[in-house]
Amino acid sequence: METILSVRDLAVSFHTYAGTVQAVRNVSFDLKKGETLAIVGESGSGKSVTSKAIMRLIPNPPGEITNGEILFDGKDLAKLSEKEMLKIRGRDIAMIFQDPMTSLNPTMTIYKQIAEGLKQHQGLRGEDAKKRALELLTLVGIPNPEARLKQYPHQLSGGMRQRIVIAIALACNPKVLIADEPTTALDVTIQAQILELLKDIQQKTGTAIIFITHDLGVVANMADRVAVMYAGKIVEKGTVDEIFYEPRHPYAWGLLGSMPRPTDDPNQALPAIPGTPPNLLNPPKGDAFAPRNPYAMKIDFEKEPPMFQISDTHYAATWLLHPQAPQVTPPPAIIDLALKYRPDSAFAKSIGKGGAE
Amino acid sequence: MEREKLLEVRDLKQHFKIGRGRVVKAVDGISFDIYKGEVLGLVGESGCGKSTTGRTIIGLYDATDGDVIFKGENVHDKKSKAEKLKFNRAMQMIFQDPYASLNPRMTVADIIAEGIDIHGLAKTKEDRMNRVYDLLETVGLTKEHASRYPHEFSGGQRQRIGIARALAVEPDFIIADEPISALDVSIQAQVVNLMKELQRDRDLTYLFIAHDLSMVKYISDRIGVMYQGHIVELAPADRLYENPIHAYTKSLLSAIPLPDPEHERTRKRIIYESKSLGAVGRSDEDSSIPPLREVEPGHFVSLTDAEYEAYKAQLV
Ligand SMILES: Nc1ncnc2c1ncn2[C@@H]1O[C@H](COP(=O)(O)OP(=O)(O)OP(=O)(O)O)[C@@H](O)[C@H]1O
Ligand SMILES: Nc1ncnc2c1ncn2[C@@H]1O[C@H](COP(=O)(O)OP(=O)(O)OP(=O)(O)O)[C@@H](O)[C@H]1O
Ligand code: SF4
Ligand SMILES: [Mg+2]
Ligand SMILES: [Mg+2]
Repeated sequence: METILSVRDLAVSFHTYAGTVQAVRNVSFDLKKGETLAIVGESGSGKSVTSKAIMRLIPNPPGEITNGEILFDGKDLAKLSEKEMLKIRGRDIAMIFQDPMTSLNPTMTIYKQIAEGLKQHQGLRGEDAKKRALELLTLVGIPNPEARLKQYPHQLSGGMRQRIVIAIALACNPKVLIADEPTTALDVTIQAQILELLKDIQQKTGTAIIFITHDLGVVANMADRVAVMYAGKIVEKGTVDEIFYEPRHPYAWGLLGSMPRPTDDPNQALPAIPGTPPNLLNPPKGDAFAPRNPYAMKIDFEKEPPMFQISDTHYAATWLLHPQAPQVTPPPAIIDLALKYRPDSAFAKSIGKGGAE
Repeated sequence: MEREKLLEVRDLKQHFKIGRGRVVKAVDGISFDIYKGEVLGLVGESGCGKSTTGRTIIGLYDATDGDVIFKGENVHDKKSKAEKLKFNRAMQMIFQDPYASLNPRMTVADIIAEGIDIHGLAKTKEDRMNRVYDLLETVGLTKEHASRYPHEFSGGQRQRIGIARALAVEPDFIIADEPISALDVSIQAQVVNLMKELQRDRDLTYLFIAHDLSMVKYISDRIGVMYQGHIVELAPADRLYENPIHAYTKSLLSAIPLPDPEHERTRKRIIYESKSLGAVGRSDEDSSIPPLREVEPGHFVSLTDAEYEAYKAQLV
């Protein structure tokens, strides 16, 4: 598959009165045409900052892209002027923000908000704009679109509003759609409708999606590939099956292990990740996850692990993958899934021998 | 053995007047019991009336109609100050938003000790601080945190402070309104583990409100499903998942994405239509809903006569 967006060694810092926050620290990934890449990780790990950097929406000051390239369509977005970026933002790369209420203008009708972009980027006006706006509302599954166009955001339910935000993001058939927690504020039924909608649109238009979330159920449902972020870095990336059935990084184990599953025994404590995320003002040396990592070795506190390659598509930054690392046993939930779905994988076999290699 | 009922809710209604003669029937005649030492989960979509139920039980709102009986006494009749105070101590609430529910200008110690002060539980200043330190330790924080302010804490830590505050007055019953929704998955597990542990150690009873069904299943003994101000199904937690009967419950359960890609590739979502089995609120005028019927021991479902007959027929 053709790569359409390539992020290389991206670093973003915020200069605050307390010091420099290194929010994103050398992140690299590729996005392919028509695929969904999920970025997961806990609060503050740098998911939103990464996506805002791609859109060049990092407020400066205090923020700054301090390193790296964002290659799109033969250009490095990190180096474009604001004027050049205006042509790309919204048209080629569009974004859906977490809270539909803050991304809609409460004083404008739905029609006005959709038409604004259509005019700016496609020169559509009058009847043409109206026609396209109706098409878009129909595409996102809004019944009675004619009437909806005349309404204001507060007259719609949360799920409807999020559909409008999606319609606006899709107005120009973007090549890349960045969805930052588009369903976190919604309940499961509405969430299910929005996820189905995004998949449906992706099938029709071939849009590549970067999907940011901390809900691993949503990831399992949506993603082709997954990048796991911790403390401003990608610590593991792979296909969705590799991440769920053959995960290698202890943070990925912790994350996957702490999701409740309907089959869990309520008499057993949920495997929680102890402690709290590190302070990115002074990122610790070594592996940032080490203080919370029950599998941490001495080296984890001293030296940052490189990205080890596991397959063509699977990478993880943990010293446990070093040939001289000791064998460890992942948490039971991880072993269960690996043995159930990937009994023949190197990972499952290594567990069978009593520990990951 | 007959279990002791800690709380009885009888035909509780909470109707809000929203101007121009319009009324929102946020809670519209619900009844349930909570037994001592159990966790009752309450789930349902946004706006179905979960928070209003909790807030009405604890008396933040005056009920429009119905009774709340706590330890055999009708709490909404409480007139004297002393009676009210006693009740306030026995029943506590943990709020959804750990960011908004703590006063930013108070130290953690003062936040936690507020209830201790109101109820005069500490004999001396020293006793007061020792209680605060104990509570901090109970919820996994440290003594050193006592003199700090809420903004210095992460979401999970703030929710722990909220729990410590609720525990400070040694309540019997805690209403937890989405105590983990605002937290990260990894932190959610910490807080849920803590709540479970406290429940066991202190023989607490919880009403646990949430819209995340996986967590609710894990923490609850029984679960009530709310839809548009009504309880449409109430069952032991595992039975609700193994044998959901009401169409709304089925749709809710089928919509949960699980952290398992193979499962997700084959999961089929059941769509709830208000014409389906047991549907409620067909029109504004008709707020009559089918009564709850016990279809198996402890498993109640809102079904019309015809639906109930159909259900029984399908069993044989
Ligand atoms: N404008 C800013 N000024 C200073 N620091 C910032 C700013 N924006 C973000 N940060 C910091 O950058 C880090 C990464 O934040 P980011 O918003 O990317 O997290 P996230 O992974 O999206 O988390 P969440 O799941 O909570 O949305 C955090 O430590 C945050 O405090
Ligand atoms: N103080 C109030 N005045 C008027 N209407 C209210 C008030 N509080 C709640 N409502 C309405 O009552 C209904 C139930 O609200 P409630 O907050 O109990 O829902 P909920 O189930 O807790 O939803 P969520 O999952 O979003 O928290 C909603 O329609 C809401 O708009
Ligand atoms: S939505 Fe389209 S038309 Fe839209 S502004 Fe944006 S890119 Fe342009
Ligand atoms: Mg974010
Ligand atoms: Mg609520």
